[in-house]
Amino acid sequence: MALTLYSLIQSVILCTNAIAVLHEERFLCKLGWAADQGVGGFGDDLGIKAQIHNLVRSVRTVMRVPLILVNSACIVLLLLFG
Amino acid sequence: MWDKGSSYPPAVYSSPTHYSPIPTGTHPRTNTPTLHVLTLVPADHSSRHQNMDLSHHGYRATKQRARPAPPTGDPVLFEDTSSAALGPSSQGYYASGYNMEGPPNDTQGGPGMNNLFADPMASAAMMYGSSLANRGQEIVNKEIGRFMSVNKLKYFFAVDTRYVLKKLMILMFPYTHQDWDVRYHRDTPLTPRQDVNAPDLYIPTMAFITYILLAGMALGIQKRFSPEVLGLCASTALVWVIIEVLIMLLSLYLLTVHSDLSTFDLIAYSGYKYVGIIFTMTCGLLFGSDGYFVALAWSSFAIMFFIVRSLKMKILTSVSSDSMGMGSSAKPQIRIYITVATAIFQPIIIYWLTSHLVR
Repeated sequence: MALTLYSLIQSVILCTNAIAVLHEERFLCKLGWAADQGVGGFGDDLGIKAQIHNLVRSVRTVMRVPLILVNSACIVLLLLFG
Repeated sequence: MWDKGSSYPPAVYSSPTHYSPIPTGTHPRTNTPTLHVLTLVPADHSSRHQNMDLSHHGYRATKQRARPAPPTGDPVLFEDTSSAALGPSSQGYYASGYNMEGPPNDTQGGPGMNNLFADPMASAAMMYGSSLANRGQEIVNKEIGRFMSVNKLKYFFAVDTRYVLKKLMILMFPYTHQDWDVRYHRDTPLTPRQDVNAPDLYIPTMAFITYILLAGMALGIQKRFSPEVLGLCASTALVWVIIEVLIMLLSLYLLTVHSDLSTFDLIAYSGYKYVGIIFTMTCGLLFGSDGYFVALAWSSFAIMFFIVRSLKMKILTSVSSDSMGMGSSAKPQIRIYITVATAIFQPIIIYWLTSHLVR
């Protein structure tokens, strides 16, 4: 299996896009992960569900704008170079 | 052995008056009592105990400053081992003659010759060039320092030959190594020069490059070589390292395992398997398919043992920072699972990366 850096970058962009486009009302609330709901405890000992919740929430917050830029660049490059 | 912490060699730490053949006054310039005993020992027998001062006096006997104690880990990192390279040659001086002025003259003789430029323009140009180079260096360091800590990276490359040899031995045959604790010196981990259990990045980098070269050679033997394939092999291996480090980081984060494993540590531990890969490929190339599988089994067990023992110290015994009395932040079983999963992942990757090269 020829993994290249390019395929790694592609997969990272796809996964980040997937995390970013999750719909809050239809999907995340069903799982009990509303965007504006604070986390219950204040220790960092909250179990894996809370950790995943934190991770998803922070990725969505931080990566929105860079993802717009990166996706635009990808679209342009793929249009030009196939 | 080295790791027992017993006095070896015993002569080093005894008082100077017991062993020095010279009337030990004080060093004429620095007023520190010169421990001539230490200069009879090769310079890289650094102290196993927390006695940094002794080893520093041993190194710095040729330098003119007195260094009471290293303030942080930095002088331990950045001490100029070129003086240690001068050290063995000047130890002949110490051992044979009582010439305390000889080695200082040696260290000053070198820079002295640079002042003999007859042409002032050339010397001015040289000084300007060196100042430009310094500024360029500072700029590069500043830019790199934004992304990663250069000091932390330098820690991983502070190795010497003795460490590399011992580490390679441990990687290939870890079953007799007794003491797996990483030693600390005032809360900072010791550099690889002083502690054989510390992770380094020199061996993984060199092993990675050697693996790429060996892969090229193996492909050439099978007449499948072309430069693109070499680049493909290199990037495949690099991607596997990145994937493994990302999976480790993700699992350590999600399962709230608070360990002091940094990203570079994980890169180091993940790169140690390349030593096993090189050994496996060499045996496969030399002895054919049978040798390949025997070497694969040997290096798989060795690297699994090594990873489990090394990570056990770091993951399983780490204490969470907020001790609210709730016990460890992650159940010990989860930590065991992580360690075992990491260990099992290694031989899979070794097989994956080498099987297509050794048919």
